[in-house]
Amino acid sequence: MISDESLAELRAIAARYPQPRSGLLPMLHLVQSVEGRITPEGIEACADVLGISAAEVSGVATFYTMYKRKPVGDYHVGVCTNTLCAVMGGDEIFARLKEHLDVGNDETTADGKVTLEHLECNAACDYAPVMMVNWEFVDNQTPESAVQLVDDLRSGAEVRSTRGPRICTWREASRVLAGFPDGRVDEGPSAGPASLVGLGIAAERGWSAPSVEEAQDAQDARDGEGGHAVAEEPEREAAATEDAGTKEAEAAVVEKESPTTGTAAEKGDAQ
Amino acid sequence: MTETSARTTDTLTPVLTAGWADERSWTLDAYARRGGYEALDKAFAMGPDAVIGAVKDSGLRGRGGAGFPTGMKWSFIPQDNPNPKYLVVNADESEPGTCKDIPLMMASPHTLVEGVILSSFAIRAHTAFIYIRGEVLHVIRRVQAAVAEAYAAGHLGRDIHGSGYDLDVVVHAGAGAYICGEETALLEGLEGRRGQPRLRPPFPAVAGLYASPTVINNVESISSVPSIIAHGAEWFSSMGTEKSKGFGIFSLSGHVQRPGQYEAPLGITLRELIDLAGGIRQKSDGQRHELKFWTPGGSSTPLLTAEHLDVPLDFEGVGAAGSMLGTRALQIFDETVCVVRAVLRWTEFYKHESCGKCTPCREGTWWLVQTLARLEKGQGSEADLDLLLDQCDNILGRSFCALGDGATSPISSSIKYFREEYLAHLTHGGCPFDPAASTAWSDRTVGATA
Ligand SMILES: Cc1cc2nc3c(=O)[nH]c(=O)nc-3n(C[C@H](O)[C@H](O)[C@H](O)COP(=O)(O)O)c2cc1C
Ligand code: SF4
Ligand code: FES
Repeated sequence: MISDESLAELRAIAARYPQPRSGLLPMLHLVQSVEGRITPEGIEACADVLGISAAEVSGVATFYTMYKRKPVGDYHVGVCTNTLCAVMGGDEIFARLKEHLDVGNDETTADGKVTLEHLECNAACDYAPVMMVNWEFVDNQTPESAVQLVDDLRSGAEVRSTRGPRICTWREASRVLAGFPDGRVDEGPSAGPASLVGLGIAAERGWSAPSVEEAQDAQDARDGEGGHAVAEEPEREAAATEDAGTKEAEAAVVEKESPTTGTAAEKGDAQ
Repeated sequence: MTETSARTTDTLTPVLTAGWADERSWTLDAYARRGGYEALDKAFAMGPDAVIGAVKDSGLRGRGGAGFPTGMKWSFIPQDNPNPKYLVVNADESEPGTCKDIPLMMASPHTLVEGVILSSFAIRAHTAFIYIRGEVLHVIRRVQAAVAEAYAAGHLGRDIHGSGYDLDVVVHAGAGAYICGEETALLEGLEGRRGQPRLRPPFPAVAGLYASPTVINNVESISSVPSIIAHGAEWFSSMGTEKSKGFGIFSLSGHVQRPGQYEAPLGITLRELIDLAGGIRQKSDGQRHELKFWTPGGSSTPLLTAEHLDVPLDFEGVGAAGSMLGTRALQIFDETVCVVRAVLRWTEFYKHESCGKCTPCREGTWWLVQTLARLEKGQGSEADLDLLLDQCDNILGRSFCALGDGATSPISSSIKYFREEYLAHLTHGGCPFDPAASTAWSDRTVGATA
């Protein structure tokens, strides 16, 4: 059941955007926070608010992996098994948890507490192997710490993210994703230790970016030298095998040359 | 690293990361103590075109992987187009190995917000969006709070600092889809649709969000703008190499002693970075493991090996070595790691994340997984390697977006450098490696293996 209050919130999300449909992703997060998953009622409610068909909403909901058709436990426990984490031990952790919880991937324990899922890279590779609980970081895990973690979650002990706050429930987390802050922003550190290693080394050795004056002096010195090492251009062949980047760059170059883009003056300026 | 920058610039140059260890670094107070938001008045006095000019002169190139000049991208926004202009920040950070934008937004979200204001002002946008992948709850909290604080302090909203300039910022949480990092798929997601890439042209600069002129930039690109405005284009371009100016965050992960974030001028080498990181990881007997292979910029950039330790990590240097700088996501693997296992796992990722829009990628990644999985089990024959390369040929350059191309990178590069290892799976009747030897705890157990 979508309450009137939730409907009002769905409308409030849509109203954040110049075009209401842009709110659909956060709206579906809100549906998960009140329904515990994406329900037909939730889909209808989004469709009503946006004036689009339920089929359209459903098509969107099925595209994104964070939206769940099956009920999710209080704690969504993710184990990164993308290559780096897998190699560093994520595979072993995931196998241990499946055995310990007696569930498969994307399944929930009988007590309804924990849903286990393996994840793709969660942008925390310097803390590998990485786990996520309700999308909070739990860094540098081992099979033993992972077992302890899920045991604590199931017994109701307070669990903290290693780089974040006390862990809330999955429904509460979904509400934050919908754009309704929960007041936990000031919990947890600024950064974990790995995020700070380079900064620490720079402080130890007295390294920093140049001051404006130093940069100016360096520039003058270089100008005085008249020329310096120039990195080689990538081979045409190499360029052909490049990925995202080059394609982007090529596209953008086409864009630059496209007569529909910008004024002649702007294009001249760009070169 | 070129001679010039080695002589004039320190090895590490924390700018974006400088405030990360500050007490409550994520708050406006902490950011203001470091001079935060002071670039705004300077920019308002300069005017939008001069801000674009400064970013052009700085030589800043996109930090999201492609390296396209940021100032040039901004100048493509047609100012005679009557539609509103939009800035969209790509905070979808999902390329395997990439882990720089997330700590930046967690520790210093105001750097991004200040960059958003400056960049929006430059392109004359009055609405900006920050599209953050949904799977990073605490980062989303921090950015939401930073935006709220900036509004309350008058850095956002109507008539910012009395300049007459208005800007609204919306923080938008994604919902799990690597493809939404691709800029046109991201726009689809932001319009409430399935995240499938759009045909280009028209390019987003002309017809992006709501078919209006739109600039899409990476978090780190936008976050570099406040320092450029505050210290000047020349300051920025005094760092880095000839065609790859400035600093960037280099993310070391995997088998080094101290994985983490290292902010340095572009052009630093992996040898220098590994050295700073305490070397390749040690065994329990004090001996060191050896570097076997690494990605310079995420899994979509072709693998490199120990022969590339001295390649300057700038756009040209890595390109010349047959790979790409990408997102400076340096995933380090030592000799305990089976390259076939690593590549299979990445390939499964691409198959899972293929949006299904075009056949070469949708079908191709499925076939790649089939062939690789067979090889990994020691089944099949040497001809399967050629089959893999053929399959890559059918995807590369034929797929609708760069995801498909990226899927072929680990495969073709690993066959190039480690053909023998693929064959060893066949002769061995399976994987000859012990996965336990690669784990973070392998050397903590008695009788650690090499
Ligand atoms: C499959 C795919 C995923 C991508 N993921 C990201 C991403 O997570 N973050 C990002 O900034 N750029 C990503 N990009 C690159 C963007 O399309 C775009 O080039 C970039 O956001 C432009 O910003 P920049 O010029 O500031 O680098 C991706 C590209 C592809 C093809
Ligand atoms: S290359 Fe893959 S991800 Fe890109 S459009 Fe085609 S199917 Fe979708
Ligand atoms: S590979 Fe696990 S967080 Fe990146």
